[in-house]
Amino acid sequence: MKKNIFYLILLLFFTFIFTVFYIGLDKPNFYTPKEVKNKSLEEFTSTELFSNEQFNSNDIIENNKFTLVNIWASWCVPCRLEHSLLMDLSEKTNLNIVGLNYKDKKNNAIKLLNELGNPFSKILTDPDGIISISLGAYGVPETFLLNNKSKVIRKYIGPLTKDNILEIIKIIQ
Amino acid sequence: MISSHIGYYSLLLGFVISISLLVYSIFCFKKNNQNINQNIFSFLFLQFFTVVISFISLVYSFIISDFSNVTVYNNSHSTKPIFYKITGTWGNHEGSLLLWLLVLTLFIFLFIIFSKKQPTKYRLLSIFFQQIIISGFFLFLLLTSNPFNFLFPVPNEGLGLNPILQDPALAIHPPILYLGYVGSSIIFSASLASLVQNNINKEWAIHIKKWIQAAWFFLTIGILLGSIWAYYELGWGGFWFWDPVENVSLMPWLCLTALLHTVIVLEKRNLLKSWTLILSIATFTFSMIGTFLVRSGILNSVHTFANDPERGMFILLFLFSLIILSIILFFIYQSKENSSQKKFFLVSKETSILINNWFMMYFLSVVLIGTTYPIFLEVIVNEKISVGPPFFNKLLIPFLGLFLIFMAIGPKLNWIKDNYKKIKYSRIVYFIICLLISFYLIKKTSSEILFTSILGGASLYLLFATIKEFLNKKYNTPQAISHFGFSLFILSILFNSLFSNEFSANMKIGQELIYEKEQIKFLKIKTFDKENYKSVIANFEITDEKNNVISLYPEIRIYNQPKILTSEADIISTAFFDKFIVINLLKGEEIFNVRYQTKPFMIWIWISVCLISIGGMLSLFKRH
Amino acid sequence: MMRIIKFILLIFIIILSFQEISSANSSSPLIDKISKNLRCLICQGQSVYDSQSDFALSMKTLINKKLEEGKSEKQIYDYLKNQYGEWIVYDPEFDKKNLLLWTFPLILFIFGGLLIYRKVFIN
Repeated sequence: MKKNIFYLILLLFFTFIFTVFYIGLDKPNFYTPKEVKNKSLEEFTSTELFSNEQFNSNDIIENNKFTLVNIWASWCVPCRLEHSLLMDLSEKTNLNIVGLNYKDKKNNAIKLLNELGNPFSKILTDPDGIISISLGAYGVPETFLLNNKSKVIRKYIGPLTKDNILEIIKIIQ
Repeated sequence: MISSHIGYYSLLLGFVISISLLVYSIFCFKKNNQNINQNIFSFLFLQFFTVVISFISLVYSFIISDFSNVTVYNNSHSTKPIFYKITGTWGNHEGSLLLWLLVLTLFIFLFIIFSKKQPTKYRLLSIFFQQIIISGFFLFLLLTSNPFNFLFPVPNEGLGLNPILQDPALAIHPPILYLGYVGSSIIFSASLASLVQNNINKEWAIHIKKWIQAAWFFLTIGILLGSIWAYYELGWGGFWFWDPVENVSLMPWLCLTALLHTVIVLEKRNLLKSWTLILSIATFTFSMIGTFLVRSGILNSVHTFANDPERGMFILLFLFSLIILSIILFFIYQSKENSSQKKFFLVSKETSILINNWFMMYFLSVVLIGTTYPIFLEVIVNEKISVGPPFFNKLLIPFLGLFLIFMAIGPKLNWIKDNYKKIKYSRIVYFIICLLISFYLIKKTSSEILFTSILGGASLYLLFATIKEFLNKKYNTPQAISHFGFSLFILSILFNSLFSNEFSANMKIGQELIYEKEQIKFLKIKTFDKENYKSVIANFEITDEKNNVISLYPEIRIYNQPKILTSEADIISTAFFDKFIVINLLKGEEIFNVRYQTKPFMIWIWISVCLISIGGMLSLFKRH
Repeated sequence: MMRIIKFILLIFIIILSFQEISSANSSSPLIDKISKNLRCLICQGQSVYDSQSDFALSMKTLINKKLEEGKSEKQIYDYLKNQYGEWIVYDPEFDKKNLLLWTFPLILFIFGGLLIYRKVFIN
């Protein structure tokens, strides 16, 4: 009898393991950080692209109901894809769009803006990528929709899509 | 084109033969014949032959760059050097599965040839169980991982092989590894057969021991090759990362090593039957678990094959069928005769081997739990964590010291019973001297002195103990060599990690920096065009305080298909240390990130593992 | 007696071979140690130390900056865990959800020890 119970437990144990692995198969194995709603971004100072002036993030964000921070780079191919959508957004709304130029060369950045247009009210630079990390980003492109208290309302990883733009427009109304 | 047809139909034929063998082996089993029917030999050979044909067809398709074959298209390119076209055959999921089948069918064929002295029914059952595995893999290949799928229209060019895989060590790492990893399948099948036939005894132990030793030898060398490749090729100067794929090869190795020792007890004393059986089943089970973890996409690793949950599902079901089968057979046929009624004395060789198994199973549980816990946590609580080197080091290193001491004592004990007086005072004095030496050598570093001193002391003790045994010719030489190798292995790793120097900085061409009494000069850069990449070779000169100059040439390769940048480290190895340098191009600049390391005793890490395997090989060829 | 002399001779040889070698060092030991314990989010199978991705390089700069600000190792890990989740650190926390992770092998070890004790001393 003891033997039977032992084998039953063994079988149940392996069935449990099997079930966990079975469910685990459907989970993505690539890790994306969980989006923490209502997280406030810490303030940062950065050099503006054209003027080389130092700016504090709070100064820019406080004065606008909403701010869209878009992390981009001239060497980043997906960034070019979303650029036209950003141009659209800047023309159709008066949303404050701030660009964060990530690990880029000034000349190359300006060249892209000349080529594709400049949707940004201000362009801050992040030459060694530290500011992006303090925002919780890890790649390009990434976009944050903030309120005037630097709270993250939405975070978009990867190039913006038309649906994302519609969502942004809806929120800022 | 035609080679793909030949390959596919050969596989199909092989599958049909494997199913026939499955049925025929049971048929012969029931017939109670004295000897194995000659047809069985022919079928087994034919089955193996169909896999060989299939394999050769795939190799041929790779050589001629037949891009009508999907596998070739996905993994090769016409500018690939011919050597890597060939080895690219098994550098992908489908091709490596063909390698699996090759080893599976080869081993059962060899098994039947070399087991003529064993009882017929046992041999037939071994075939039966092995055929279950073989048929399963044929099915797996044909249903989910066919290496002979067609692509139409035929592309002009292939997608290319990952340049990191274009390396000689990586070319032979899978075949050698599989001889051990997959070869343990025959131990699995033979053990199940032995269980059913109530055949687990001394004679069987002598017979199966050879197979265990052979598989163990290849598995050890296979893992070594993987580490050597990681060290020379991946460019981070490490050789073991506790990456899931590495762990997955270590788990069967731990089982197999424990089995290697357990079967000796079975042979000499007819004891530990359950242990032998369970370890035999566990080894191949872990091979299958490993295959599942690596090919299903459930785990995240640098080293995984293309992920496909459908394949994962098949392997999962197959794996659990094998486990359930083993449990059922165990339940039905487990011998009522309780041989564990024989007393185990504390100071005896049997008990030391039992203690060895105890520690090995602990190490196994650490690796297993560390590797799979994130999966369980994610499924049950939906939280993602990482388990990496700090976890494994913290849980394993403290136990290693004790383990090494047991390794020094155990082999010297007698069977059945030995007396306490063997643990002479001189032994304890020797151990304390080793501890002191270790402490003296380590105290210059600031890391955990207690644990590392004990570890160093214990491995030194084992080192001397095995040297003594080796000089004392009447003792077991292969064993002394292997254990000596292991002590050297731990010592090399210990001193390598304690005394490594590393320098990291961004440098321009022509720049000179000084670090740790050495002057590091970045002289110049040369660019060459090679077969399928552009080569950027930097020339560095290192001058030490005695004005000895070493020249190092780290390389950056810019491949065109696929567009990848790789860094090739330049390593100068001497008996005392390796000088290791690797450079990386910083984006858009003429600055290179330079990493220069001095790694003591690196070469002894490889040599010691070779010694460990040589001991196993010598054991294999020892006459009884 | 001869044995002990031979033994001590061997010891001298070992110690001599270590004269060339100075203790472990790194040009940036703490950055190395921390970056070896962090996972790269872009090349997810590698540590920040090994990875050459933009993210990893930025991380190394960030770690350096935080160390210069006087932050401790633990503070840096906590900061990054706050930004990216526990996944980013290779050393799993010792808390309730990871309890089994850390203790199960040890429990098994003790259990195994008891089994051997039973086999050897009882019966």
